[in-house]
Amino acid sequence: MHKDAEPHEDGGKREHVGAHMVSVFINGKRHVVPEHATIMRAIEYAGHQIIRGAGCREGFCGACGTIYRLPGDYKLHTGLACTTLVKEGMSLTQIPSVPMEKAVYDLETLTPDVSAILQVYPVTFRCVACGTCTKACPQGLPVMDYIQAAMRGDVAAVADMAFDCVACGLCALRCPAEIIQHEVGILSKRLTGRYLRKESRELDDRIAEVRSHKYDGEYRKLMAMDKAALSKLYYARDLEP
Amino acid sequence: MYPDYLAGYVKQVERTRPKRLELALTGEPVFPPMTAAEREDVLTKYHPDYSKGAKRPVRVGPNKGEEMTTEVAVLMEAHSMIRPKLLELGLREPDYETDLLIIGGGGAGCWAAITAARQGVKSLIATKLRIGDANTMMSEGGMQAAVSRTDSPTRHYLDAMGGGHFENDPALVRVLTEDAPEVVRELENLGVIWDKEPDGSMQVLHGGGTSRKRMVSCRDYIGAVIMRTLMDEVRNHPDLISIREFEPAVELILDENGHCAGAVLYSLDTEQFLIVRAKATIIATGGFGRLHIRGFATTNHYGATGDGLVMAYRAGAKLKFMDSVQYHPTGAVFPEQIAGFLITEKIRGAGGQPLNRFGELFVFPREPRDVESAAIIRECSHDRNNGIDTYVGRTGVWLDSPIIDMIHGEGYIRRQFPGMCRQFSRFGIDITKEPMLIYPSLHYQNGGIAINERCETSIPGLYVAGEASGGVHGRNRLMGNSVLDYNVFGRRAGHYATEYARTAKLGRLSLEHIAEHARALKREGIDTDMISPLILPSYTPEDVKIQQLARLGNIPAMHSMLRSRFTPEERRTRP
Repeated sequence: MHKDAEPHEDGGKREHVGAHMVSVFINGKRHVVPEHATIMRAIEYAGHQIIRGAGCREGFCGACGTIYRLPGDYKLHTGLACTTLVKEGMSLTQIPSVPMEKAVYDLETLTPDVSAILQVYPVTFRCVACGTCTKACPQGLPVMDYIQAAMRGDVAAVADMAFDCVACGLCALRCPAEIIQHEVGILSKRLTGRYLRKESRELDDRIAEVRSHKYDGEYRKLMAMDKAALSKLYYARDLEP
Repeated sequence: MYPDYLAGYVKQVERTRPKRLELALTGEPVFPPMTAAEREDVLTKYHPDYSKGAKRPVRVGPNKGEEMTTEVAVLMEAHSMIRPKLLELGLREPDYETDLLIIGGGGAGCWAAITAARQGVKSLIATKLRIGDANTMMSEGGMQAAVSRTDSPTRHYLDAMGGGHFENDPALVRVLTEDAPEVVRELENLGVIWDKEPDGSMQVLHGGGTSRKRMVSCRDYIGAVIMRTLMDEVRNHPDLISIREFEPAVELILDENGHCAGAVLYSLDTEQFLIVRAKATIIATGGFGRLHIRGFATTNHYGATGDGLVMAYRAGAKLKFMDSVQYHPTGAVFPEQIAGFLITEKIRGAGGQPLNRFGELFVFPREPRDVESAAIIRECSHDRNNGIDTYVGRTGVWLDSPIIDMIHGEGYIRRQFPGMCRQFSRFGIDITKEPMLIYPSLHYQNGGIAINERCETSIPGLYVAGEASGGVHGRNRLMGNSVLDYNVFGRRAGHYATEYARTAKLGRLSLEHIAEHARALKREGIDTDMISPLILPSYTPEDVKIQQLARLGNIPAMHSMLRSRFTPEERRTRP
């Protein structure tokens, strides 16, 4: 089948092939939407233009933090609107922004240990290990564990556990101690990248080569070539397995 | 687990896997790479750029008479959002003043701000959504940089030129490839955690069209890691960098001498237009994936609507290669909820293979992107009918991922592709055991605003960096060169714009070019209700949209100008 005439996502189509419909409550108002819709698509299907509460739409940016309740369930659930599917009777809303302060610091004056955590995010040490952050994480990360690691000063462990964090801030919104978990994660990742990795000597050598103009002659030759000559060279080049 | 109607096809993949694995382990190409003639043939017959109605001449502006992708030409021939007369007071008394205005808060924009701050120059970042809400955040696989001993920047140059069909701007490609190693080091100094070998050397992998392993990576989260590092650093300089979120620029401002002097911002919260007076301006607005060219699903960010192109074009800047679009060979096809999502090319770099419904390899897995995409479209076309259909009417081919663990050892996929594993496991598919169903997805704006290696445009004081610029990738970009592009040119734009801003003297501000654009539309007899920049796409169902657009009167409905203004009639006749 040719895909040239693919409709724009689901925009412009009211009927969905073989789709069953479910009722959801968006900001308290009932709408009927396809059951296979994500929360984000359901909101748009209902006619909203999302401005705050959508970003990459693929689960990387953390802009679309959403909270919802389900019928007969006392719990307040959290998720990303772009990857959470709707359910019958779901009551949901988008979080327009997460108010919190990122600390200002100079990476060059820090050391990759507990002193950096103490200096930049002292609030971290209020953690009572209740696990609310972990339960709130839409990525399924062990947030409480990495905060515990931060309190021990094991920033490399924090970086590893927080690697897949999308910084939606749902952990921080739910934290009773008001810790900014995802910012602690970013700080730890930067400390790890800056200070705890072995540097590449090959890379240093290459940078030195470039600075000493080693490739100037070759560049000049290549840049002077016409398409035919360059093409010949290109198709004849060897490929590393 | 795939539903029953697809499970049978998965069996075909498993049936042919032992033989394919044996071949992959030899280190020889698993399928013969195409010759120049074969590439040409598949591109002209199957690449969407060549399909009927894909391009047409644009009727106004600096590129008048040249062919552009149809959806782009429509935006260039649209009305401005603003009435210049009502903003005259603002031009005399601007809302913000700054040395450097940076439009766009993605990778290129943040690099420009950091570079300016390092030189003590103040900048203002105006961005449509939040800072970091950009395609930068979404890149997965890696960045090209010639860092290994067997490689060289000039080899990187040759690969990039070949991938771009030798139409790239040589001076830009030289800068791109020669600055690359330095950029790797700079990013590490800012705290990016690169994938490394035990001795500290960079882990490198192949990408499509690379002759050496050159892809450096951060598992499959390179964009998220780089973007969060850069935005964190930007926020560490509140005295020098101010940030305006949800305030996209909608028009540039020139001064009486024709120099760029800032921009008009539009607050999405309050619907006000705000004037920024700036000594130098950098466009770092990214690409246009959300225009859904040719109706394709996209891997792109919500805000990727090509706004920078529209603004620069109206101000008189020339565009390059606007007849060419990149489709990523591997977008997700199943499950429906993630249709169009990016499946990183790193999967093929690590040995993943595209297979048809019979489990057969039909193309070398690492052809340049346009060639690979065209080959996949050919396999699914009526000519071959070797695609696999889903129940909602999409078609795709398999991308065999489990073979990667068999090549590199158990656990490799989970370690290298945690993001991909998570995307699919949410919907019950384990990519370490099952293949992924894929089809090309709209990915990148190959062309853009013409620049030189100092990121200068033909308008003094206007700089461009990142995907909004055109020339460096020719008509096809290789994997990992866009991540490199915004890092290299974001830094450069920051540097040269800062230099310019130090001595720039602005004259009286003017929006005369907007009035002239309106006159040009009239002269050409262009009758359109389209308003651009588009700012955000609309995914509202058609019947709801008609109800929303039914209102009369001169007071706009809340954000009505953000909606796609294609009328239902136009929609039906659009290809």
